[in-house]
Amino acid sequence: MGNVVVWAVWFLAAFACLGSGAAVVSFSNPYYSALALIGNLGSLAVLYLLLSAEFVAAAQVLVYAGAVMVMFLFVIAYLGRHVDAPWAGGPSWQALGAVAAAGALMVEIVVVIGLKASGRLSDAPDVGAGFGSPFEVGKLFLTDQLLAFEITSIVLLAAAVGGVVLGSHARERNNFVESTDPGGPTS
Amino acid sequence: MGPDLTWYLAVAAFLFGIGALGVMLRRSPLIVLLSLEIMLNGANLALITFSRHHGQMDGQIFALAVMAVAASEVVVGLGLIVAVHRRRLDLDVDKLSTLRG
Repeated sequence: MGNVVVWAVWFLAAFACLGSGAAVVSFSNPYYSALALIGNLGSLAVLYLLLSAEFVAAAQVLVYAGAVMVMFLFVIAYLGRHVDAPWAGGPSWQALGAVAAAGALMVEIVVVIGLKASGRLSDAPDVGAGFGSPFEVGKLFLTDQLLAFEITSIVLLAAAVGGVVLGSHARERNNFVESTDPGGPTS
Repeated sequence: MGPDLTWYLAVAAFLFGIGALGVMLRRSPLIVLLSLEIMLNGANLALITFSRHHGQMDGQIFALAVMAVAASEVVVGLGLIVAVHRRRLDLDVDKLSTLRG
């Protein structure tokens, strides 16, 4: 009975994940694409729960589907509606090449995983109840992975500073003045 | 016991492929960023699957670090897109070729 339920949940989550991923790529309205990506991230969180990664699933919903996607939706609303139909004007060489390259990449990954890990991946070890819990994650972050934790904080700080610099109005006028300057050595 | 871990890896591979398709196919930089998120999430799913396979949690730590890096990348990417939009340039990655060498 438990087996069937786990399989059913996996089936629903995996196909919701792949379907919403395909929807992100194929919608022409970016607003719909972002909403589909929220569904994608939510169903991925279900898969993480099935893999007993509870804290990562919670962080996925809070950070990704919450904060990051809200920022995306705000920017899309700010930019207005830019319709970009992926298949407009019939299949072009670029589109065909993209499909071929992505398919080749996918086949390559599947073949490599199948060759290197066939049979050995089927059994997952039994893990304790603490596996993936916030307690264990926090303990790892503050002991073994302390350097990664600190570097992450520096990365976030750099991104915040970069966002402020890119979004500020003050630099714009200077750049326009420089661009009208006809070459020559700049001071 | 649910499905084999190989099935999770297959989902991860498909997600990565779909994301790569979006990055190569779409011309709007917003959709390119969204497709990049799909690729990162495919990699995250593989990391967490292998973490479960080995029974060690280092893969989950790595997935959380990837999440933080993805958030930073979205901040910088969206800032760039807004800056391009404010210059009244076309939001089309094929037309933004001034930096081409």
